[in-house]
Amino acid sequence: MARPNPDEIIINIEHLSKSFGEKKVLDDINLYIKRGEFITFLGPSGCGKTTMLRMIAGFLEPTEGVITLDGKNMVGVPPYQRPLNTVFQKYALFPHLNVFDNVAFGLKLQKVPKDEIRKRVSKVLKLVSMADYEKRDVSSLSGGQQQRIAIARAIVNRPKVLLLDEPLAALDLKMRKDMQIELKEMHEKLGITFIYVTHDQEAALTLSDTIAVMNEGKIQQIGTPTDIYNEPVNAFVADFIGESNILNGTMIEDRKVKFLGQVFECVDEGFGVNTPVDVVVRPEDIVVKKKLDGAQFTGTIKSCVFKGVHYEMFAMTPDGYEVMLQNYRKFDVGTEVGMTIDPYDIQVMHKDCTENVFKGVMKSSNKVEFIGEVWECEETGFEPGTEVDVHVPFNKVDLEDDEKTTTGAGNVNFLLYKGNHYHLTIITDMGYHVYVDTNDVWDKNDMVGIEILPENMKITKR
Amino acid sequence: MKRSKWALPYFIFLVLFVLLPLIIIAVYAFRATDGTFTMSNISAFFTKPTIVKTFWRSMEIAVENTLICLLIGYPVAFILADKNLNKSAFTAILFILPMWINALMRTIATAEIFHAAGLPLGRGSLLFGMAYDYLPFMIYPIYTVLNKMDKSYSEAARDLGASSFKAFTKVTLPLSLPGIMSGIMMVFMPTVSTFAVAEILTRNKIQLFGSLINEQFNNMMWGQGAALSLIMLVIVGLTTLLPTGEAEETEGGTI
Repeated sequence: MARPNPDEIIINIEHLSKSFGEKKVLDDINLYIKRGEFITFLGPSGCGKTTMLRMIAGFLEPTEGVITLDGKNMVGVPPYQRPLNTVFQKYALFPHLNVFDNVAFGLKLQKVPKDEIRKRVSKVLKLVSMADYEKRDVSSLSGGQQQRIAIARAIVNRPKVLLLDEPLAALDLKMRKDMQIELKEMHEKLGITFIYVTHDQEAALTLSDTIAVMNEGKIQQIGTPTDIYNEPVNAFVADFIGESNILNGTMIEDRKVKFLGQVFECVDEGFGVNTPVDVVVRPEDIVVKKKLDGAQFTGTIKSCVFKGVHYEMFAMTPDGYEVMLQNYRKFDVGTEVGMTIDPYDIQVMHKDCTENVFKGVMKSSNKVEFIGEVWECEETGFEPGTEVDVHVPFNKVDLEDDEKTTTGAGNVNFLLYKGNHYHLTIITDMGYHVYVDTNDVWDKNDMVGIEILPENMKITKR
Repeated sequence: MKRSKWALPYFIFLVLFVLLPLIIIAVYAFRATDGTFTMSNISAFFTKPTIVKTFWRSMEIAVENTLICLLIGYPVAFILADKNLNKSAFTAILFILPMWINALMRTIATAEIFHAAGLPLGRGSLLFGMAYDYLPFMIYPIYTVLNKMDKSYSEAARDLGASSFKAFTKVTLPLSLPGIMSGIMMVFMPTVSTFAVAEILTRNKIQLFGSLINEQFNNMMWGQGAALSLIMLVIVGLTTLLPTGEAEETEGGTI
């Protein structure tokens, strides 16, 4: 994306990092936010999105990096001197003040004349449809009403930027949908920049002009909702946003990709020849027909669930891949179906890596230390102290239930179903990443033992 | 057997050790030595200058002590409850620790320290000793309220344009009022009626209302002592009617 004119940028974030003790929560974030934009920081819990919001608000100071607002450096400026306001997750309405005094809180501190306070408060309460509630106790309000007062209390100060920290998380589904529409309308009416933090991808897609998808302290992708949905840059984004089939594939040459045991035409170029890639196909983009002739691949329907508007089905291909389908038509379990995918609906992505490569040091000629543990390996003939790379294929890492009997241990941090196996990201106790392909079912945050057999390591001198 | 029958032993206990003594006190207060009804024991409280003076002196010292405890206790509770300033629960225990030692022993020790340091025993030593005795009772309820308080309230205040100090005076302090009120009650009530502490720490130089009652009983003036006890009971009872600042008392730090 071309960088817009400096006048159009309200917030600029450069090389922003934050650590709590040893733990790095944000890692070298670079981002600009345009004036009047509705931007969402989207990611799972612990991805660093709230930390970023709190640093913009001024409740946390960055470990490294710069945040500028309208060209002025905000680092070190206390929250009360920043021209922005926050809507807190649990609203944080002051229980000892009534609705009017809550909304008027900021204006009173600015010493705004009394009659102007009155005017501005009633105007903003009208905007959030709470005009008749001025004298009410905040504890007597419902969740949705408290939400409106929290928004009113923030926007009455006419901030340049409104920060919203998961503001809809505490509401029920129907209320949440209604508030989403209202927030969108409010954003259009006020014309100020909204920064919204959530783990709810549906809210992000509905509300935002721009989405920044975050994971493990890094921005994975920034773009419009359609960009992010249609062209995810990696498996994490594809998996986090919407439903998707993520499959291992090989880019045979430009515009030709092989996956599900078939060669498909696609529109991607520049990946090289015979390059391993990840392929994403949205379930609604797979055309399903009862007719088998003319289909690119076939399968048998294994399950079928009605989802309100569409049916969600899983089909098993003869090669043993499971594919998720969404269709307005119902296909009964056991039906043989033919499927085709339009070249434009195939999204090809670079793989981050194709095997585990650990940096290690030889302890003796048949013992090697990496990821903080000493492992037995085959006789290498290398001197102790030799620096080596240890290569381990994803499917040659064994996981055990009991982490006490294995050499390594870690937690399942991320898991991805790839049609016929799971691709797991394990983070060890020492913070190292180990990638594993397995057919066993593990859950996120499971504690697992890691074992790698000597014959499965390929050790090369660095 | 009905559930309510289980309460019977407690009911008997209450009657024997709370209700009956109260009735006896009331009876003695309104009975002359010859057994007839009299108001003279009660009216003495309003007319006898020594009693009036002792009463006001007691109130004065109780108010002073409560203020001292509040002025020292609030900042201490605030620091203890702030997770950035106080990283371990150990410091909180340090402040509660003196409560584990018998109050009389602490008081005697305080008097000895004043004596050894060559400081005179009087109002100063009395207030010092009392503050030392009752400070934990002020700290604890305030600490409990501050500790439970959602820190997003003070963040919201700062976000809306309040400096840290303003955020404290406009949000944190009013929201901690229930803790302050129960702290005040827990310090004020026992200080009004104290007598042993005053006797030990001032070598009887300053007489408090509690000591006065004690003196009446020691001199077999049962009627006068009972009347003064009754009056004190009413006054202490009245302090519990003080506004707690917040409707939901359950959220306060009453212990």
